[in-house]
Amino acid sequence: MTMNAMNTVAIGTPKNFSREMEFITVTVARQLLGLPIGRVHDVFVVSEMTKVPLAQAEIAGLLNLRGRVVTAVSLRSRLGLEDDGKAGRRMAVGLENQGEAYGLLVDEVGEVLKLDPDEMQPNPVHMDRRWVNLSQGVHQLQGELMIVLDVDAVLAFGAERDPVQ
Amino acid sequence: MDDLLLEFLTETSEHLETVDVEMVRFEQDPNNQAILSNIFRLVHTIKGTCGFLGLPRLEALAHAAETLMGKFRDGMPVTTSAVSLILTTLDRIKDILGELERHGVEPQGADDDLIEALDRMSNAGAYVPEPVAHRAKPTTVGTLVHQVLERELKPGEVSLDELERAFQEAPGPDSEETSGTLVYQVLERALKPGEVSLDELERAFRDAPGPDQIAPAKPAVVAPPAQARPPQKAQGATEASEHGEGGEGVAGKVQTIRVNVDTLEHLMTMVSELVLTRNQLLEIARRNSEDYGYKVPLQRLSQVTAELQDGVMKTRMQPIGNAWQKLPRVVRDLSNELSKQIDLVMQGADTELDRQVLEVIKDPLTHMVRNSADHGIESPAERRAAGKPEKGVIRLNAYHEGGSITIEISDDGKGLNYAAIRKKAVERAIVSEVEIERMSDAQVGKFIFHPGFSTAAAVTSVSGRGVGMDVVKTNIELIGGTVDIRSEPGRGTTFTIKIPLTLAIVAALIVSSKDQRFAIPQVAVSELVRVSPASEHSIERINGTPILRLRERLLPIVPLSKVMRLSEIEDVDTGFVVVTQVAQQRFGILVDGVFHTEEIVVKPMSSKLRHIQLFSGNTILGDGAVVLIVDPNGLARMVGSGAQNNEFQNDVTLDQAIAAVEELTSLLVFRGGGNSLKAVPLSLVTRLEEIDASTIEWASGRPVVQYRGRLMPIVSCDEDLEVRRQGMQSLLVFSDGEISMGLAVAEIVDIVEDRLEVELLAERSDLVGSAVVRGKTTEIVNIAHYLPLVLETWSRTDQRAKQGNSLLLVDGSNFFRDMLVPVLKASGYRVHTAATAQDAARYLSSGAQPDFIVTDLELPGNSGFAFIATLRADTQYRSIPIIGLTLRPDPQLIALARRFKITEVVSKVDRRGLLSALAELSGSLEEAA
Repeated sequence: MTMNAMNTVAIGTPKNFSREMEFITVTVARQLLGLPIGRVHDVFVVSEMTKVPLAQAEIAGLLNLRGRVVTAVSLRSRLGLEDDGKAGRRMAVGLENQGEAYGLLVDEVGEVLKLDPDEMQPNPVHMDRRWVNLSQGVHQLQGELMIVLDVDAVLAFGAERDPVQ
Repeated sequence: MDDLLLEFLTETSEHLETVDVEMVRFEQDPNNQAILSNIFRLVHTIKGTCGFLGLPRLEALAHAAETLMGKFRDGMPVTTSAVSLILTTLDRIKDILGELERHGVEPQGADDDLIEALDRMSNAGAYVPEPVAHRAKPTTVGTLVHQVLERELKPGEVSLDELERAFQEAPGPDSEETSGTLVYQVLERALKPGEVSLDELERAFRDAPGPDQIAPAKPAVVAPPAQARPPQKAQGATEASEHGEGGEGVAGKVQTIRVNVDTLEHLMTMVSELVLTRNQLLEIARRNSEDYGYKVPLQRLSQVTAELQDGVMKTRMQPIGNAWQKLPRVVRDLSNELSKQIDLVMQGADTELDRQVLEVIKDPLTHMVRNSADHGIESPAERRAAGKPEKGVIRLNAYHEGGSITIEISDDGKGLNYAAIRKKAVERAIVSEVEIERMSDAQVGKFIFHPGFSTAAAVTSVSGRGVGMDVVKTNIELIGGTVDIRSEPGRGTTFTIKIPLTLAIVAALIVSSKDQRFAIPQVAVSELVRVSPASEHSIERINGTPILRLRERLLPIVPLSKVMRLSEIEDVDTGFVVVTQVAQQRFGILVDGVFHTEEIVVKPMSSKLRHIQLFSGNTILGDGAVVLIVDPNGLARMVGSGAQNNEFQNDVTLDQAIAAVEELTSLLVFRGGGNSLKAVPLSLVTRLEEIDASTIEWASGRPVVQYRGRLMPIVSCDEDLEVRRQGMQSLLVFSDGEISMGLAVAEIVDIVEDRLEVELLAERSDLVGSAVVRGKTTEIVNIAHYLPLVLETWSRTDQRAKQGNSLLLVDGSNFFRDMLVPVLKASGYRVHTAATAQDAARYLSSGAQPDFIVTDLELPGNSGFAFIATLRADTQYRSIPIIGLTLRPDPQLIALARRFKITEVVSKVDRRGLLSALAELSGSLEEAA
């Protein structure tokens, strides 16, 4: 999957042939997650990132995306996972919330899936609270489960952060 | 249709703004035909366009207003009530336009009230017998016809012929009008008997059913959608013709086009990106020494890019006059409402500033002008009683100053009522009664920026609700500006707003700390100092707090890596100190490296990061990296809040901090004998030294040390502490000119900023008194006590300078009096003190003849200037040298001081400055003698 291909898909307006919804899949700590395609602006490789001192842990830094300053949010941190600290190629999903640009850092970007919303199932009751807050439900795919991320919830974290761990 | 409507809306609201302003001008200058015809034309255009677009409410209103204005043009006297009525009508039109903008349709409702009032006014005007002189005006029928033709018929308008035909068909003039009226009118207009004016005709025409069908039919036939242009063209044509005959008024208009703001913003972004790309190319070119023939074009590209950037920046600049446009109307309405006479003088309206900044200051400015009109300017009777002209003046002045724009709003009204503010501040429990007494008037004045603070006895519809000034301040500070207030009771109040020229581009110093780059706005930076241990400038520590000695001053140092929590290592000693000045606060930012200055495009912080006070924004540098912009204000706040409280201060405490900041004194805290805590104002200390006790020599039982090539006497700070004979000895060095003294202390503890409330102790001359510093009782040391102890030389050299001159010291603060008197006495002056202006006057009236007067300019109860003014008025003291003391000498104060022939203004804490000023005066006295 090339970047160009991703971009074309992402930027094109979703066509609702049936009631199917399209998701862009990403993985974080080997977990498959889906983002509604309508909310995703683009997908890009993170090159240089500026750390923001004193910022909350969810904010990984600031990026320059074609002349625009984008706030990078770590999905790992939002899900309460340790940052793996890998310095390799980092992928980000470009989102927009209240007129501001965000880049959601993920481990990998997968593909575009068309799924029937009726097949979505509620979150398992014993799922981690942090995950429940960010998840709209679960889709059963062949061989794995995909959590549908609630984009607004992912980006809804305040200046005050919870006590660290 | 939508586009058409949109264009109509923008154009009309612009026209209305102009009409507003012109109307006020016209009221003051009713004989100016140029203004009137300009207004008339604009309203007429609005009316015409409304008719064309099918907006009956607007059209009817505009028509009625136009009719009345037509009467003005025909010589009806211009009355305030008539102008008010027209302005009200304009407001109604604006309201309707607002609705139109929101919903796309004209709102339901009736305007009969206004239209009737306008009609009544128009008709009433007709009864007023006109002076014969008006007949001289060449308003003949011929002109009338010509006028219509000249204007080029607009769609929706009909020719005079048609009108006349309509008139014939119509049943006749309004029944409520008597024929007598008509006759008068006709006579006055020099029309033939039986004829009516054009306005009457038009109204009749509107009422008549027949022609109505003609009018809409006409544009429907000749006006395809492209008809959006004709109204403009027609306007242009009239403008040109008016211009020719008007002479004055509409100055040559610059050709402009309307561009959407988003388009400009986008252009700006694209140019920024172009600059980045250009920089990358230049970087590549630098690395490749070989020229493949692209270097010349690259140079050209670089140059064009710079020019393009410049040009785009210019599109964002607007004259500040745009923000002032509403003000004449505001002042006019207020002066009517409050029955005051107010002149609004505006200077520097063409001063340009960034569109964004303009938007932010628009409302605060309006609010402040309203305040000045309401609270500042007195009623004519009061003004007469105070010996001032009945007409008050509000003056707006804008000018460039350095990288910022200064806007002054001043009035010649009654000034701030400091007593009322003091009372209110205590009532509101903002400060305690004790504190308020210590505060100078200038400090007290700042309370009006406190949320919910209003001293107006009665809440008027205009102001006095106590909302506003705090919002004004917040808004201005939001864009990195400051607002200051200066007021003289009985003479007026001046607000000074300083705002940055643009928010978009600032010059910034790029620095690095722990491999991360930051930008520091250049305006805040006063100098750079390279520091390293063992060099001339090295970082020293007091209880872990880093400081730098810079030209005999101690500068608090803030290591950037520490406040940013970039590193755990606390004591970095090498790098660069960026000396930063924020308001009255001076401190140094310690960074690892300094690169260069760069013009950066400021981008706002993400809302998620805005709570971090240390950053004011971010930017993308030439190499594409995102860099955070350090906010010196935020840093200063952190420095001020000190170690006791590392949390970010919230707004409430911040306000208090601002109110209290001038009360804070930097104190050097140290230990004396028996572990006692002592302190001395940091401003008095020249240096801190730690010397090897073995270098101390004992000359006839007295300790001295060789210091900077001279012998410096050492004295212990109290009897319980002996000067050490081995190990290290900490010294506070006090210098005056070439003479120094070392005060031996057990240990230097800390530098603290605290409010100094000294309880005086009379029985000990080595102490000024005691105070609670950081919650601990601390003795405040009286340095002057030690001087004679160690320095025969000191007093000897001083005695040469003065001949026992006498001096009157007037200062409201016990603390300062007690600090200064010993110093002055030690320098050989005979000192008499007075706490208030009254005391001083009493002393002087007793026949005393001091050689100099040293006075605080901010005396309690009475301003120091008032005291000086009375002195200067007295022949006996007309030329006595006066030295003014102030906490904060600023240019305005100094200018004022010059007016009162004050010989010198010296900062209160600058003891040496005072002594040298006195020495100079003594010298000149001797010369004169």
